[in-house]
Amino acid sequence: MHPALQGLLTIAIGVSGCIGYFYFSNLILDRFIFPAKGPNAGRNITRANMVRPWLFLLPAIIALGLYLAYPVIETLRLSLTERVPVPGGGPGEYAYNWVGAENYVKMMAEPKFWEAMRNNMLWLIVVPAFSTAFGLLAAQLTDRLSWGNVAKSLIFMPMAISFVGASVIWKLVYDARPEGQEQIGILNAIVTSFGGEPQTWLTIPFWNSFFLMVVLIWIQTGFAMVILSAALRGIPEETVEAAIVDGANPFQIFFKIKVPQIKSTIMVVWTTITLVVLKVFDIVFAMTNGQWETQVLANYMFDKLFRANDWGIGSASAMVIMLLVTPILVWNVRNARKEMR
Amino acid sequence: MSGLKLSNVIKRYGDVQVIHGVDLEIEDGEFCVFVGPSGCGKSTLLRMVAGLEETSEGQISIGGRDVTHVDPAERGVAMVFQTYALYPHMTVEENMGFGLKMNGVPKAEIKQKVGEASRILKLDDYLKRKPKALSGGQRQRVAIGRAIVRGPEVFLFDEPLSNLDAELRVEMRVEIARLHKEIGATMIYVTHDQVEAMTLADKIVVLRLGNIEQVGAPMDLYRDPDNKFVAGFIGSPAMNFVEGVVEEGGTVRMPGLGDAVAPASVALPAAGSKVIVGLRPQHIRVDPEGDSHTVDITESLGGVSYVYANAANGDRLVVEAREDDPMPRGGKVGLSFDPANLFFFDAETEKRIR
Repeated sequence: MHPALQGLLTIAIGVSGCIGYFYFSNLILDRFIFPAKGPNAGRNITRANMVRPWLFLLPAIIALGLYLAYPVIETLRLSLTERVPVPGGGPGEYAYNWVGAENYVKMMAEPKFWEAMRNNMLWLIVVPAFSTAFGLLAAQLTDRLSWGNVAKSLIFMPMAISFVGASVIWKLVYDARPEGQEQIGILNAIVTSFGGEPQTWLTIPFWNSFFLMVVLIWIQTGFAMVILSAALRGIPEETVEAAIVDGANPFQIFFKIKVPQIKSTIMVVWTTITLVVLKVFDIVFAMTNGQWETQVLANYMFDKLFRANDWGIGSASAMVIMLLVTPILVWNVRNARKEMR
Repeated sequence: MSGLKLSNVIKRYGDVQVIHGVDLEIEDGEFCVFVGPSGCGKSTLLRMVAGLEETSEGQISIGGRDVTHVDPAERGVAMVFQTYALYPHMTVEENMGFGLKMNGVPKAEIKQKVGEASRILKLDDYLKRKPKALSGGQRQRVAIGRAIVRGPEVFLFDEPLSNLDAELRVEMRVEIARLHKEIGATMIYVTHDQVEAMTLADKIVVLRLGNIEQVGAPMDLYRDPDNKFVAGFIGSPAMNFVEGVVEEGGTVRMPGLGDAVAPASVALPAAGSKVIVGLRPQHIRVDPEGDSHTVDITESLGGVSYVYANAANGDRLVVEAREDDPMPRGGKVGLSFDPANLFFFDAETEKRIR
């Protein structure tokens, strides 16, 4: 069968399966389990309505349990075990020995792990800060322009590009050719046009991390801008006018009237980007693969798990990422909920 | 403190002109109310005085100083908005002191001035609260406090009571009147509520479609309206209007008033032409013996009742009847009135015939 047709068929089956599930499960509940007739009609309706939410939640609970909760527990287990081939066994036959915290101890002793931790912290500070700041700036500046919506679309567009795609684009930006050849990377083209020497940007330790961060900032600014632009528009115009009459200048209006009023939105944007940053993998993987001191935790985990085949340390590093993400995630969800109230 | 003068002020949005050359003078310390139906340009005019809307043409001067193109903050005005426009992230104290802070006033002085304003407005107990924790009336008091603190030459109120419930509105109305007495500053107050206009104003400016219809003291407008619009707008319930036909000998026949013929001591148009006759509800008495009108409904408010009577020719009239007046219970009634209370308006221009 043609793959496209196959895809369409899958979608059709999936969607009708969903509809069918909700239709028939409710039908069974209302017709057979708690029918709304007979002597207990009133009680049955109440009971059916108590069961119904669970009916709707069930598929999500199963899917989340299977694909989220179970892997977390399994990863935790793997991080506390060591995988060794069974002596005399065939390929793919492994024994898992309980080793306690040994994987974590080993990992902590590795300089590459600490390099990843340090880089992750750098990413954590730089990317959300710059994305939010640029997003806020773009939101404020484009709001009053006649061509603001065009500008917004352009700034938002990178959001539609996959991380790997973005990495390829930026790899071309940073591309370096030997001196004398024509530079196809825009950065080197600029440098050489001013008479400088072409640089292999991605191999300059410490700074190369920042060149990678630029890619994520480029992507996330659009997200920050869209959310913050909506928040800025939600500010009552009168408070701004009152501030004008009160004698505040445009900067004071922005920083003392507007920004404080959208503070909680700024925090939600900030933490949402933080979550993306903590999981950053694709960009590093596609551009440097953690070489030249650009390693980050997610790429480190991938290295350990699927390159070194060290399931113990790989899982341990995955647990570290999860531990870092969880508090921010909880805070973010709580804040978002508060926002909705 | 000082007066305000508008000369031939015009406002255009692109090609659309919304204020058509307004001339107005407001004395120092006067309480001036802009009143009119929605869309009449009263808020726009106020915002032009505040400097929030640019003035397309003409001149605005405050205290003899031309402020037409001066920044809002430097005009010596303070504004109270319909939606209070409090800064939600600041406490009451910070809200009131913000304007002074922006103008570089020393902290001690801000504190003293905020203290003074909060005493006048009885906000002392709420200084550390955020606007969220205040009731509507308190919020509006804070907004007024924010205006007082800046010690402006002119206070601008943009429908400040519209967001309050009826009871609170009456309370705040009295409070604003008291405030005006206490600080004696020039105030401009925009409202569509003619009761607020009548009770608060030293001077009412009636606006319609970007033009001033009439300016005057409340009772002057009530007793001596220049045109049908002002006559109908000022006074509650609104004035009744019926058609009148001019007859030979300076009398007017009014089919809507039981075909009564009334003498008119004004310069009436030629016999046979039509005029509009106005008569206030409280100047009509119900005559239970008559049968010229059919009672539609009667609204009893206790002290007074409003009788809605339909004339044979379809004219509808409201009659204010007092408690002890004979009450018609549906059916036919007659109406009586004193011809001296009649107002005559030109049928074409709707101008008062004097």
